[in-house]
Amino acid sequence: MSTQTLASELRLALVGVPNSGKTALFNRLTGSHQKVANYAGVTVERKEGRFTGASGRAYRILDLPGTYSLTPTSLDEAITRDAVLGRLAGERPPEIVVCVVDATNLRLNLRLVLELKRIGVPMVVALNMSDVARARGFRLDAQALEREVGVPVIETVAVAAGGAHGLIDSLERRDLPPAPQAHPDYRDPTPEEVLETQRDARRILGIIGYREPARQRALQRLDAVVMHPVLGLAVLAALLFAIFQAVFSWAALPMELIDTAVSGIGNFLHSALPPGPLRSLLVDGIIAGAGSVLVFLPQILILFLFILALEESGYLPRAAYLLDRVMGSVGLSGRAFIPLLSSFACAIPGIMATRTIPNLRDRMATIMIAPLMTCSARLPVYALLIGAFIPASKVGPFNRQGLVLFALYVAGVVAALLVAVVMKRTALKTSYHPLLLELPEYHWPNPRNLAIGLWERARIFIRRVGTIILAMMVLLWFLGSYPAAPAGATMPDIYYSFAGMLGRALEVVLAPIGFNWQISIALVPGLAAREVAVGALGTVYSLAASDESMAATLTPMIAGTWSLATALSLLAWYVFAPQCLSTLIVVRRETASWRYPLAMAGYLFGLAYLGAFATYRIALALGA
Amino acid sequence: MTTLPPEHILAHPVALSTLRKGDTAIVIGVRDDHLDVGDEVRSTLAQRLLELGFIPGESLEVVGAIWPGTDPIAVRLGRSMFALRQREAAAIMVTRASNIHP
Repeated sequence: MSTQTLASELRLALVGVPNSGKTALFNRLTGSHQKVANYAGVTVERKEGRFTGASGRAYRILDLPGTYSLTPTSLDEAITRDAVLGRLAGERPPEIVVCVVDATNLRLNLRLVLELKRIGVPMVVALNMSDVARARGFRLDAQALEREVGVPVIETVAVAAGGAHGLIDSLERRDLPPAPQAHPDYRDPTPEEVLETQRDARRILGIIGYREPARQRALQRLDAVVMHPVLGLAVLAALLFAIFQAVFSWAALPMELIDTAVSGIGNFLHSALPPGPLRSLLVDGIIAGAGSVLVFLPQILILFLFILALEESGYLPRAAYLLDRVMGSVGLSGRAFIPLLSSFACAIPGIMATRTIPNLRDRMATIMIAPLMTCSARLPVYALLIGAFIPASKVGPFNRQGLVLFALYVAGVVAALLVAVVMKRTALKTSYHPLLLELPEYHWPNPRNLAIGLWERARIFIRRVGTIILAMMVLLWFLGSYPAAPAGATMPDIYYSFAGMLGRALEVVLAPIGFNWQISIALVPGLAAREVAVGALGTVYSLAASDESMAATLTPMIAGTWSLATALSLLAWYVFAPQCLSTLIVVRRETASWRYPLAMAGYLFGLAYLGAFATYRIALALGA
Repeated sequence: MTTLPPEHILAHPVALSTLRKGDTAIVIGVRDDHLDVGDEVRSTLAQRLLELGFIPGESLEVVGAIWPGTDPIAVRLGRSMFALRQREAAAIMVTRASNIHP
């Protein structure tokens, strides 16, 4: 029997309160052998990894969402409870639960250990951050804790190489436990029972002589500034400013490299292949299409590097605390701040980040306004139009072009707040939901965890580009290329295509907001992604040039033929228009229904039309 | 000054929401007002507060408040710190530490 047990695979599940270092331990155990997907039928992220022990036994390990308790308050927490109890459809119950405990905060963590033990699941306690605890002067006795709780307690240091050796050794020494059983009799504890477990936890802490030192003075002083209602906001504003600077300046070089590489491949294929539909599909459809989205990868990664670092440091919940009042005034939770911040790079990661908002309607409201944050895909369009129509003169100490760009960002944020107010008073009205936000201790971000986190983001993004987005690009390429122009055509080819027909039909609707047929046609392929419209405009004006020189040649062309009112109207259009199929597809995935993406497209197009109409008419009246 | 007897302490329960920044207090209990904490839920506010450690006898300190007004507040409870809005803070009954250590 024992040879068979050793060779078998052992299924582990990591459970722990938020900020216990659970994900860091998961990263330590599995390295980059991780698979991120969703649990069947819900949008909760499922992270699984594997590793092999020295004995050759394979381990499969599930990183369950962090939770304070098995009585859930969110979808994530419900998943954790159901996974532990073996009730989750499509998941086999874990054979061993590894409960990750923050050694510097046993008072908060121990109750969950006792709750899990009470259920009777086979478990091991990983006493994590034991190094930090000792260094900060905590009195810690793992053996005494093991004796009192009655389950193995192993010290771990998730952020140090070899910091999980003790845990792995302990798992290796264990015989394969009996097949896990379901827990049909489980019921959520009553408040009285919760109190009883808490008292039990306090009793154990007394017996083992657990002592917490006073919090470091320096950290208290840091919080006095960071959490100050005025100074804290100044710190936050400075941080955001620095992050945006970095996103745009650090990303410039890698973006250029990606751009060069993509057009290099395009040019190579262009010269290597005979002219015809295949070459056009490869070069104009696939390479150009995927390239136009891939080019944003550096910005997304830099933004995520900062967000991950801020998240690990413990700062982000403090920002949510500072902003809860402001966000609350439009009916959103302070927790909506993080997803909305991400949306400035790209709405897709922002929408995915709304999973941390426990209330469903709050989460939907946040998803619905995320596309109003000015994402980086709008920049090429803004840059083209501002460059062509707004003089680079000074207004006081400010650059006029910069002011217009800033105004466009502000317009997006203001619109988002107004939309949130309306939605939270109508369709997404909720009863009151508590904040109850833990503000965890500060930690230095761990470079390895940051790298693994970034790698995960990059993989998700590239997979999206490689699948859905690429398929859409190919479809739009087809619409823009067929049917071919008739012999002796005087207009550019796209004029005669399906996209051209659609665009010309749209012109009837778009003429009142000042769009000519060229703009109308460019908006059709521009549905895939906002920045595609720049290339499409080039095509419409029969320019065959690389992207960079395109903007340079396109600028005088549109500056000469469009009125200022038309340009301003198009800018206003772009503040709102949901011209990003990828976003709508991700909303469909995240909300598991077509209702939200359709509502989103509807309201955003409506606002875009109204906004552009008002801008056009006012600009005309003012003589622009 | 003498230490006040426990009966006297219990006779002066106030809601945590009435405390100001810098005040310290001892938890007496949580009021179960059956406020749901999330959607998927069965957990009530009182239960979650107990789970987080707001249990009778624990001492806490209001370490921050967003003004004007005091909403939300930041409360230190042992090694943990939590942000609570007035409404959550109102569910936690405390007695001022000055009642115990005059």
